[in-house]
Amino acid sequence: MNFIYDLHRTMMSQKLILVYQGDFTQETTKSILAMAERNLDSSGEESSIKRKVFNVMVESLQNIVKHSDELVDGQTRSHAAIFLIGKEANRYSIMSGNPIRKVNVDKLKAALDKINSLDKDGLKDLYKEIIKNTTISEKGGAGLGFVDMARKSGAKLEFAFPEMNAEYCFFCLKVNVPREAGEN
Amino acid sequence: MEILNLEGTEDTPKIILDKKNGIFEISGRSLPEDSAEFYRPVLEWIGNYGSDPNPTTDFVFKLEYFNTASSKLILDVLSALEDIKGMKILWYYHEDDEDMEEAGQEFSELVEIPFEFKTY
Repeated sequence: MNFIYDLHRTMMSQKLILVYQGDFTQETTKSILAMAERNLDSSGEESSIKRKVFNVMVESLQNIVKHSDELVDGQTRSHAAIFLIGKEANRYSIMSGNPIRKVNVDKLKAALDKINSLDKDGLKDLYKEIIKNTTISEKGGAGLGFVDMARKSGAKLEFAFPEMNAEYCFFCLKVNVPREAGEN
Repeated sequence: MEILNLEGTEDTPKIILDKKNGIFEISGRSLPEDSAEFYRPVLEWIGNYGSDPNPTTDFVFKLEYFNTASSKLILDVLSALEDIKGMKILWYYHEDDEDMEEAGQEFSELVEIPFEFKTY
């Protein structure tokens, strides 16, 4: 049973205020948003920061719902992904992890690298270029989620693709939303 | 013309489109699972309205939050409104919500409709 305590300690040391692992649907998305909103409200967080955190959460959660690759391992199929929120003195971190087929990694990495290479105005131009030319995909996305996360957070997107097995990597994404100075 | 009246939910906006009383408003939160499906009746209604519109139309957006998939559909709504004579957009944003103000400004740069910005 020690793993319970270990997990608890990890959450404390990593300053995690919310962790969810499992299936992601629109319903779970709404529940997680409601929980996080209550948490932010009760901590008296400033509304502009609350909105940014909410914004990044929605895009992150809906990305998982729409794009997480189904993990097929023999007879077992799973959609299991993970979503975490960390809260430190100077920032919130919205983190997610989901399986992605290796064949899809290069394209995703190139898109994220491009976003990270752009400044505020570059991101605005990219956003306008995509929204003018995109159509909603079969999966229901507009292709704007990562651009929006970068714009709203004002920070670079942190990401990694650790290998799961021959066919899959685990797409890890961390988006930091700075908090106003003064709470030290 | 029929009134389109959708109650707001935790992930969809409140929508009232009422030609007779001159009320055209989308407000609240928009993060539906399927944004194209959700906005389809709105786009259809505007299509019908465009064939016989009121002399002037003040179309109100008073959104608290919208996701990126909705932003594409909001642009589609604005594009549908673009060809209607006497159209004006009233873009409301919470007074400390710079992101919503900026979003409205960006939309105003993407379509040829006069925008009026208001805080609440």
